[in-house]
Amino acid sequence: MDRLDELEAQSIFIFREAFARLRRIALLWSLGKDSNVMIWIARKAFFGRVPFPALHVDTGKKFPEMYAFRERYAAEWNLDLKIEPCPPLEGIDPTLPPAARSAARKTEGLKLALAKYGFDGLIAGIRRDEEPTRAKERVFSPRGREGGWDVRDQPPEFWDHFNAAPPPGAHLRIHPILQWTELDIWAYTRREGIPVIPLYFARDGKRYRSLGDRDITSPVASQAATLDAIIAELEATRIPERAGRAMDHESEDAFERLRTTGYL
Amino acid sequence: MNILVAETSAPSRTTSHRPLIRVVTVGHVDHGKSTLIGRLLHETGSLPDGKLDALEHVSRRRGMPFEWSFLLDALQTERDQGITLDTSQIRLRTAARDIVLIDAPGHAEFLRNMITGAAQADSALLIVDAVEGVCEQTRRHANLLHLLGIHQAAVAINKMDKVDFSASRFQEIEAEIARQLASFGLAATAIIPISARHGDGVARRSASMAWHTGPTVLDVLERFSIAKPAADLPLRIPVQAVYKFDDLRIIAGRIETGRVAVGDEIAIAPRGTRARVASIEAWPVPNEAQAPRSADAGQSLGLTLDRPVFLDRGDVIAAVDAPGQAVRRLRARVFWLHDEPLAPGMSVTVRIGMAECRGEIALIEHAVDPGELTAIGSAVIARNCVGEIEIALAQRIAADIHAANPRTGRLVLDVDGRIAGGGLVLAVDPEKGEERDERGAGGNLSLVAAQDGRDGEAAAGGADGIAEALRGLPPAARIARFRQAVAGRIVFTTSFGLEDQVILHLIAEQALDIDIVTLDTGRMFGETYDLWAATERRYGRRIRAGYPDRQHLEELVGTHGINGFYDSRAARAACCHVRKVEPLNRALAGASAWIVGLRADQSGNRGDIDVVTRDPRSLLKLSPLFDWTREAVQAFAVANQVPVNPLHAKGFVSIGCAPCTRAIAPGEPERAGRWWWEADEKKECGLHDRPGNGLRSSRP
Repeated sequence: MDRLDELEAQSIFIFREAFARLRRIALLWSLGKDSNVMIWIARKAFFGRVPFPALHVDTGKKFPEMYAFRERYAAEWNLDLKIEPCPPLEGIDPTLPPAARSAARKTEGLKLALAKYGFDGLIAGIRRDEEPTRAKERVFSPRGREGGWDVRDQPPEFWDHFNAAPPPGAHLRIHPILQWTELDIWAYTRREGIPVIPLYFARDGKRYRSLGDRDITSPVASQAATLDAIIAELEATRIPERAGRAMDHESEDAFERLRTTGYL
Repeated sequence: MNILVAETSAPSRTTSHRPLIRVVTVGHVDHGKSTLIGRLLHETGSLPDGKLDALEHVSRRRGMPFEWSFLLDALQTERDQGITLDTSQIRLRTAARDIVLIDAPGHAEFLRNMITGAAQADSALLIVDAVEGVCEQTRRHANLLHLLGIHQAAVAINKMDKVDFSASRFQEIEAEIARQLASFGLAATAIIPISARHGDGVARRSASMAWHTGPTVLDVLERFSIAKPAADLPLRIPVQAVYKFDDLRIIAGRIETGRVAVGDEIAIAPRGTRARVASIEAWPVPNEAQAPRSADAGQSLGLTLDRPVFLDRGDVIAAVDAPGQAVRRLRARVFWLHDEPLAPGMSVTVRIGMAECRGEIALIEHAVDPGELTAIGSAVIARNCVGEIEIALAQRIAADIHAANPRTGRLVLDVDGRIAGGGLVLAVDPEKGEERDERGAGGNLSLVAAQDGRDGEAAAGGADGIAEALRGLPPAARIARFRQAVAGRIVFTTSFGLEDQVILHLIAEQALDIDIVTLDTGRMFGETYDLWAATERRYGRRIRAGYPDRQHLEELVGTHGINGFYDSRAARAACCHVRKVEPLNRALAGASAWIVGLRADQSGNRGDIDVVTRDPRSLLKLSPLFDWTREAVQAFAVANQVPVNPLHAKGFVSIGCAPCTRAIAPGEPERAGRWWWEADEKKECGLHDRPGNGLRSSRP
């Protein structure tokens, strides 16, 4: 087994645990490279089916290529697609810096979906190497009633045994690809032939490394126009993946504040 | 539409084939674990652009000296307090390998986080402050490394700059820590003097410590040997789930140790049933020539067997010649993280592989605080302490001892669904004699009807087929098996009576996907509402409440008065109908099955119930306790500390609405206390009405 085989086996194990231990789960499909890898692995775990809804919490501000991707692959992969629109900006904490405030709409959309469907588990495609507070996550991460993350009281988790009993009204976040790196994601995408939104490939010297809302996501300088070129670029780069995501960089703890109140 | 589909090609050697090692830094608070990691990243050029500037900026703004640890201490409170609260991970690439560095907090308060981090490592770096020497957490962490199964460790004696790079101070601590490690059965691969803050001994040798001729920290990280999956041990696949697709029944799990091939004969522990592997399933579905024929340790797989044997989550697919033991009692060395000390008589959930069951602590020995210099034995294992325990298990499960199988020979303890401790299995008492066949009758069940049920609708006569299959099983397995066999929503209605509490316990303990519903008539006892809340707390599951229709309730009370049910049987029946039967019908709408707490010996007209019958609503109705006596239910509740209604102790046996239930005298029939003013011809509220309409399965 090489590293990708090991990562895949571990992620399949996590998916099956979530499905066995929780009552009503959904996979958060952001349409990006990471959540597409997750869907691919879910299909491996359950032999071609995704036995729970794929939930797209939609800010309405995604790139047109992302919506096109959603329509095509929801049908092709036979997903139980649920789209949850996010509430308008006016209802969001005005003390947050502008981009973080905009991103926080997604947190509110998530809460609406949780209330509507009564999910007790949400499968999210975050990775430790993306961002330092994500590096501190558990694979099964309990959230409070309001979706909040109590970073001071994370339960112990070891030997692939998970805390899977959310208190009434609360839910769990399940992170099947927490151990993967950006490079692993691309190497696996290439190996498995997983479809990719073309925004990730360089055009006119720029490409998106991470996809979010149109207005708070910017491309980075790159010549990588193929999967091989992306992988070669990542082997050498010293620029962090989320450099193009405005909400991470507005203040020292902006992203942490987003995450403790329920952001991914 | 412009969407690219990647062309499949060979993975690059540089990414997927580089060896990867996971190393945890442990040691006492403030001895410099996070600082060492920050410095290592810097020295090896692993920091992203701008990170160093950002850290310097943050330090300046806070008026604090530059701190390497800010790299990993991602939380605001961590930076404010200057200590690590929770574990983190970061990557480092050297010429030869990728290294995942796991930072673990050194503060005693956050030992659970240290364990969470360290349990993911295959080797450890123990950091000791040259000024302070070996401290409480140094000892505690060193001890825990052994319990976590980490046998490869190196020691860095940090802050050598603060002792003037003194060789004699280094040798003093070196001797002490070597002695300490030896007492836990560990030998350090190297003991290295360093100054993490300034970089001496981290990635390069230091002129200030020319007397040290051993390796640097980076050398050690490059030399640690890399753990491999244990393919050479006997086969163990803890079963995660059984998926039924079309005509396939796929058993899903991960190979913990050993390997398996199509055609192999395997044993299913703990029962010992045998079968052969018919296929290894994969997706995307390969053509026949490329279908997998074998699989190795570490792989998550699906397989099918050549015959329809009884198999469930928690069972273990094992090598026929070394199938492991079916045990009811085991001995383990454990660490404990829960606030309440682990004490004899305490009931916990024991998890081994995918198996979970209640266990009672029968014995505690050698309980010590591993942080103390001279450990004094205690009668209980307090938080953050270790000890040896014997556990009596409520049912038999498959287990290995750790010495024989390090992957499956370990257990996790949980309290109320939260992981509370873990440890290594030292010894097991193999199961002997009579109970071997407890589920053996079902060992080769043919569940044709049940499998049909999974595909949508239970076939005609499905109740008979399932009843046949479930009758010989204990109640826990009846419910689990029923959930597995029946597609769609299953509703369990509880009125918080003794039987219902036991069933709820069995559902919650097995984490089964069954909708738990109660019908709140509005006239229940205060004690019942208290029990409702206590039950939710104990099991961490919300019990859904069904309420009467407001309009119907207003009409009922308007017509008959608030206590009109005492006046006539018709008024009583109308009240039951509005407050219970209607809400029940709503609760069951769209469900495929219903679980209830009926027992055959409860009253005259319940004598002919069976384990599975068909309800007139065309639901399958499971009575998992149908053949238990009241005494058996009571004994189970006591043994498993199931919360029960305090009214039972006051002579209330069958508890319904407060105005319509009274205590009964010893010797009276159980349901004599319900609607006691009516004659005993048929004391039912209508929930379980219309028996004998031909659909119910008959008993053999």
